[in-house]
Amino acid sequence: MSVVAQWFNRRGWRDLIIGLPYLWLVAFFLLPFLIVIAMSVATRTPTAPPFGYGGDNPAINLEGYRRLLSDTLYLRAFVTSLMNAGTATLLCLLLGYPMALGLTRVSKGWRNILLMLVILPFWTSFLLRVYAWMGLMGRNSWFNQLLTDGWNWLVPTAWAVNSVPMMHTNFAVVLVMVYTYLPFMILPLYANLERLDPQLDEAAMDLGSRPSRVFLDVTLPQSIPGIIAGGLLVFIPAAGELVIPTLVGNSASPMIGRVISDEFAQARDWPMASAVAVALLMLMVLPTMAYSHYQSKAEHREDDTP
Amino acid sequence: MKRSPVFLITVLCFGFAFFYIPILSMMVYSFNDSRLATVWGGFSTRWYETLLSNRQVGAALLLSVQIALISATCATILGAMAGITLARFRRFRGRTFFSGMVTAPLIMPEVITGISSLMFFIMLGQWIGWPGQRGFTTITLAHITFSMVYVTTVVHSRMLQMDRSIEEAAMDLGSRPWQVLKDVTLPVISPALLSGWLLAFTISLDDVVITSFTTGPGATTLPLLIWSKVKLGVTPDINALATLTVLAVGFCVAIAGVLMNRAERRRLADERLAYQANG
Repeated sequence: MSVVAQWFNRRGWRDLIIGLPYLWLVAFFLLPFLIVIAMSVATRTPTAPPFGYGGDNPAINLEGYRRLLSDTLYLRAFVTSLMNAGTATLLCLLLGYPMALGLTRVSKGWRNILLMLVILPFWTSFLLRVYAWMGLMGRNSWFNQLLTDGWNWLVPTAWAVNSVPMMHTNFAVVLVMVYTYLPFMILPLYANLERLDPQLDEAAMDLGSRPSRVFLDVTLPQSIPGIIAGGLLVFIPAAGELVIPTLVGNSASPMIGRVISDEFAQARDWPMASAVAVALLMLMVLPTMAYSHYQSKAEHREDDTP
Repeated sequence: MKRSPVFLITVLCFGFAFFYIPILSMMVYSFNDSRLATVWGGFSTRWYETLLSNRQVGAALLLSVQIALISATCATILGAMAGITLARFRRFRGRTFFSGMVTAPLIMPEVITGISSLMFFIMLGQWIGWPGQRGFTTITLAHITFSMVYVTTVVHSRMLQMDRSIEEAAMDLGSRPWQVLKDVTLPVISPALLSGWLLAFTISLDDVVITSFTTGPGATTLPLLIWSKVKLGVTPDINALATLTVLAVGFCVAIAGVLMNRAERRRLADERLAYQANG
């Protein structure tokens, strides 16, 4: 120990504390990432590992990117991913916003218990939460029968069904995404709404605004940072999701995560899988950059106000 | 708040029903006697017997816990260093690049992290002959890498809230850098280290996608075992496993809640005593 301490005091802690995580991330994050980029311009070969550069093939092969734009499979997968993730984000917002607002309105004792109940599902396995819905959506389950009975009661007998087809649809994917990602929306929104000054609401009320106007003019504009943070926390993992579409999704219209995994593991087309991965990353980078731009602008604004 | 939040309370009730009905349904059906997992066929505990007599489950759980313990500990050390770096060292070469590398894994889709790690390990095996076979080591390395950035986030935000003047005071009083780190900085950020460790532990214990890409023959973690079973459909013994998981998590959370509550009350009592002593 004293040797470490002596070295530490002589050299200072800087080198070690900066260097170790730096090297680790360069080795185990940056390098694998660069391999993906390099792989996306390689040529597929029947060797092991299944790729090559140069030789009979062009040194830089843009075939993967060309196919990305010409083969509708990929385009459709991107559209499906964006639609599913977008719908899930919107539904999370519609359900999560009133829940977060409700959490700020209950008594302090209740609030802690309810917050705990929001976080609790996080600690149980993600896979098991998806699995719980597989049980509920199956054809003979009580939930499906309940929905079927409701449907049959509502519509004329000619439209009656034996069960509601839920499993292996995009509807199922969106439903399970909302279920698993809803806490990601509620928690940042709650953190944001909790900080708002209730006196502003009261002032608006005293000045004669109706509750709906107070919400639209006072609460909602102030909660936009929370909405954006929550939206990104739901949208980004949802767009690249692999587990949920594999378990409950429709394999005829796959999401992009599934396409990458299949190209890689089943088709053994590493260059193509890498090209799709690079394209997906580009798609993720744009909203994130927009967000950090927005955030740094907001920080500047805070700095300006005394 | 004068306004009656009937609508908000209704949505809250609906939301919590949405959260917990699937879990409760799964727990009830774990006692189902029928082989058809979704049709009720009377009460039975036979799926628990099936589960507990399955040696694979025990071995997979053990492997998962081993990987989670090692990777959470390494991730906490590395992540804390990165957090301290971001919070304390304003100027060094490649700082922007470093903070980018710490943020990027947070938004990287798991599939991409998975295939990039797998290709990296395969290429590394070709170049330097290591790792010869994927399994425990490669899973642990991948888990350390993607969970350390979560620890960094937690530690960084704690360091930003920390009062720098106590570190400066210790320096002024003649402490060496090592002593400041050991006696001032680390104790102050220890709650962040603990919650970062817990986060890294649960992330590792729960991961399916990255593990499925970095695993090799013979290394089946518990999530991988569940994954391979549920891909084939609903099976009743997974209901039993889920019930046991939920009960274990609920138990731990209850214990943690009681401990935190007690610590909070003691702190309040101490504060009150201190005020009284000051008159």
